[in-house]
Amino acid sequence: MAKHILIDPVTRIEGHAKISIYLDDSGNVSDAEFHVVEFRGFEKFCEGRPYSEMPGICGRICGICPVSHLLASARAGDAIMAVAIPPTADKLRRLMNLGQLIQSHALSFFHLSSPDFLLGWDTPPQTRNVFGLIAANPELARAGIRLRQFGQEVIEILGGKKIHPAWAVPGGVRSSLSEQGRARILNWLPEANATTNTALELFKRVLDTHEREVKIFGNFPSLFMGLVAPDGSWEHHGGKVRFVDSSRNVIADQLEPRDYAQYIGEAVHSFSYLKSPYYRPLGDSEGMYRVGPLARLNVCDRMGTPRADKELRHFRSLGHGAVTSSFLYHYARLIELVACLEQIEQYMADPEILGGDLRADAGINQLDGVGVSEAPRGTLFHHYTVDGSGIVQRVNLIIATGQNNLAMNRTVAQIARHYLHDNQITEPLLNRVEAGIRCYDPCLSCSTHAAGQMPLQVRLVGPGGEVLSETSRD
Amino acid sequence: MCAKTLTIDGNEVSAADDATILDAATEAGIKIPTLCHLEGVYDIGACRLCLVEAVGIPKLLPACTTKVVEGMNVRTDTERIRKYRRINLELLFAERNHVCSVCVSNNHCELQTLAYNHGMDHVRYDYLFPKWAVDTTHPRYGMDHNRCILCTRCVRVCWHVEGAGTLNTAGRGARSQIIADLIQPWGEADSCTSCGKCVMACPTGALFQRGATVGEMEHDREKLEFIITAREKKQWIP
Ligand code: SF4
Ligand code: FES
Repeated sequence: MAKHILIDPVTRIEGHAKISIYLDDSGNVSDAEFHVVEFRGFEKFCEGRPYSEMPGICGRICGICPVSHLLASARAGDAIMAVAIPPTADKLRRLMNLGQLIQSHALSFFHLSSPDFLLGWDTPPQTRNVFGLIAANPELARAGIRLRQFGQEVIEILGGKKIHPAWAVPGGVRSSLSEQGRARILNWLPEANATTNTALELFKRVLDTHEREVKIFGNFPSLFMGLVAPDGSWEHHGGKVRFVDSSRNVIADQLEPRDYAQYIGEAVHSFSYLKSPYYRPLGDSEGMYRVGPLARLNVCDRMGTPRADKELRHFRSLGHGAVTSSFLYHYARLIELVACLEQIEQYMADPEILGGDLRADAGINQLDGVGVSEAPRGTLFHHYTVDGSGIVQRVNLIIATGQNNLAMNRTVAQIARHYLHDNQITEPLLNRVEAGIRCYDPCLSCSTHAAGQMPLQVRLVGPGGEVLSETSRD
Repeated sequence: MCAKTLTIDGNEVSAADDATILDAATEAGIKIPTLCHLEGVYDIGACRLCLVEAVGIPKLLPACTTKVVEGMNVRTDTERIRKYRRINLELLFAERNHVCSVCVSNNHCELQTLAYNHGMDHVRYDYLFPKWAVDTTHPRYGMDHNRCILCTRCVRVCWHVEGAGTLNTAGRGARSQIIADLIQPWGEADSCTSCGKCVMACPTGALFQRGATVGEMEHDREKLEFIITAREKKQWIP
């Protein structure tokens, strides 16, 4: 039985990212652990609700990526109804997911991460934030904020709200895209493209001077998992699951999302309250995989749009086989931004996007439904079991941040090995640990404090389990 | 028909002999908040939202079930009344599980609207968090006891407008519940004609169209009014 801990909502909002760094007998870093908030409360209190209400409820799991939960949940509902949704509805859902990826990636890159490498690692935390960025490079900061707004605008045009739109429903979506809505998106596209190009240029320059970070920030072999289209190209909604290894050999392809339990195991470690998903056929330690932008780019054969594909070629040159440095999550995020914008452009030219056939109707035809969608942070699974009248009996959610947990631990350990000296938790160490975690853009309220640094609590633990030193930073 | 005269909120008002205070006020264009009252079926005075003051009577009176008396002086909006209305609303919220943000009736709910109008920004009583089931066995409609305020509007339209007599109440106090036939799953209640009048009548998200998602459930009160006018006045006015 997994040990579940109920997280006090207060610790979610004001909590520290808690990190333990473990030392071996000779004083070297042996392991590290990043404690992640779990969502077990939701799984429990959804029981007893009609499945049709699940998208609206699940959109509330998270204020940062509500759309991802909404879409995965609606898909699980489609599966329970056993329907294929109208083509326009599918395109509109995809459009909303693209908006979600854009707003989240823009937030991650411009607001949260770029101050680290644009202002310098050892800039005091008081200025190493989005406000410092505004002072140092107002143009860039403004463009970044506008890019995020664009993503939110797409969501709002479709769902009527920026956050928590209960717009996707089992069987389809609730409202269509208007001609004015389409015009607004089209108008904004050139500016969004320009900002993304600037960010790409800038990041490539950062890469030239950040060899050390590329080597140290979570650079290790692992598997990667993500959705791919039937032809193997990049996919963010719909599609099937693919795993590749660190040499980019496809080790499993076109796996049905509904069979996830066959290929994803959930390990329980005594030192953590968090379940750590792994690729089942390889077992708990060999089967560690990463999800999210880096993984999606590693698993796909191509992006499927010209500009993104050009960038993908450059990205591939940074790895032998797969790109294994988590520092390059940032780069992957930017390439996904390019792809999202290109795809939006394609949808805007597609007459079907304005269609009015939006919702399939059906009863309960399957008692089990799995919905999957690529959230900004990685593959998100919603699995519901219902009774004959559609009342939810059991809910299982597999969330991106959970899937990246093992990799985040490895990343922190790797960084600590390089920056921990004489068992002293220093400011430079804290800064790098924070930045290492941010590569994954984990979905924790504490990691998205746009103003200021991530609240951190770091413990050094000796071989006997004794706490050698402890630092807390608010 | 002899008429009675009375004062409501300082206005001289005349009303039919057998009128209630609510009838008289409505006639005079004075709005009294109600919840269990439904035009076209008899009143039961269950919700206590329509409480008013009558000069000379120490206790508050439900406007929907109190008949007018010649010369009475009624106040419908005093500090004391507002206080008790708010208490009643808070108790309704505390008694079951009303989560507006994910409710099928969000933004189309009489309970929610009343709470807004009465400035109910929080509930001062401990929530009971009872465990109630949702019945979605009916092919077209669902019943969520978590959102039921036991106004029995559904029961009254079922018996006295449709004449089916499917819905009823069972139990006592806070454990009372709306039932179908002999406490059967609604889908197995033979007497139900699936007319949907109960769903139209329900002030909250307790009765809904199956498959409705957040905020999608708009109770079609106009259709109900049409039927009732047709029955009572023999007028078919759409
Ligand atoms: S189900 Fe609706 S109409 Fe019936 S008693 Fe409950 S709240 Fe009133
Ligand atoms: S409306 Fe009068 S008591 Fe409910």
